[in-house]
Amino acid sequence: MRDRTLWTWHLFAGVVILVFLGLHMTIMHLDGTVRVFNPAPGEPIGWDNVAARMQSWFFAVTYVVLLGAALYHGLYGFRNILLELNPGAGLRRLVNVGLSLAGLALFVFGAWVALAAPGAFARMGG
Amino acid sequence: MADTLKQVVFRLRRFEPGKDAAPHWEDYRIEATPGMTVLDGLWKVKEQHAPTLAWRSSCRMGICGSCGMLINGRPRLACNTQLTELGTDVIAVGPLPNFGIIKDLVPDLVPMFETHRDLMPYLIREDVKEQDDPTGEYWQSPHELEQYLQFSYCIKCGCCMAACPTVATDPAYAGPMPLGQAHRYNSDTRDGGFAERRKVLEGGRGPWRCHFAGECSQVCPKGVDPAKAIQLMKRDLVVDLLRLHRRRPAAAVAPTPCGKRKDNIPAAPARTAGATAK
Repeated sequence: MRDRTLWTWHLFAGVVILVFLGLHMTIMHLDGTVRVFNPAPGEPIGWDNVAARMQSWFFAVTYVVLLGAALYHGLYGFRNILLELNPGAGLRRLVNVGLSLAGLALFVFGAWVALAAPGAFARMGG
Repeated sequence: MADTLKQVVFRLRRFEPGKDAAPHWEDYRIEATPGMTVLDGLWKVKEQHAPTLAWRSSCRMGICGSCGMLINGRPRLACNTQLTELGTDVIAVGPLPNFGIIKDLVPDLVPMFETHRDLMPYLIREDVKEQDDPTGEYWQSPHELEQYLQFSYCIKCGCCMAACPTVATDPAYAGPMPLGQAHRYNSDTRDGGFAERRKVLEGGRGPWRCHFAGECSQVCPKGVDPAKAIQLMKRDLVVDLLRLHRRRPAAAVAPTPCGKRKDNIPAAPARTAGATAK
């Protein structure tokens, strides 16, 4: 894929991360003001609140989107660092394919966790 | 005869291919006079101590871009650098880094100019006949001129390339001079070659590896801001990819102004450059 396209996706991923990290900060640190994300009493990282969020399909989707954006953003940056070590054509292909496969595997695993969580928590009774 | 200011040491990076295994430093002591530039000092060293010393220079006034050198750790024009502004009695002069060395202070600029050529630094238009035999001038407003004017001040001295950390580590990266010049023509409303240059720029040789260290703009002896050109180029390429902006066709030929020329303004000279050779 052309570098222009990859770099444009890198920009988009950065914006997505910015938005969702803002959401994360709001949930974690403005819990006294914005209670909607922390319905149970106690800390935002307390079991009841974590369980409540994990059962929410809204959060499942945001986790998947954030996971994809963060993985792409980070791995693209890592790829740039590796390519600046000036590898040969074969090694360059290895970097591209290796990072793509690693990113895809991590995304599939992470997305499975996020999407399976609502059902799992529901079975546990919240 | 100019007054003697003080003794200074010129610490020069010497290298003669075929003779030296690697570049090395040699010291030469000369008398510095008021107003002396590094280039003047090099001439004095050559006259008094090292007749085989080699470097490039031509205009002596910061226009030709030949005498780019690494002077006390910073890429500068030797003709444009006064000894007094360096604030030291030891002037270390080496060839521009990030280039091969032909001899002594002469860098091999061929790779830079090959990349420059690949990015087509000239107006690309479809009206070839008009370019060969112009009937007027291409229309351009002062505002449109402002969009690229500062980038056209580039003298291709290579100082920006020598200062760029990405050029130092990534041989595939085109570098600030060629990219800045590609943007200079892309942002010229008389040009219609964006699509042609895009074929090179959207790949690995384009602006994507720029870390925005900004050193290119810091060292430019002409005050050009290639780092800005590269960021603007990224924006243009992304906007083009997302089809957020439709590029205008290259500017048309301006109609010949009508009206009577004032009596006290002499007539323009006859057209030159091929148009008269019929």
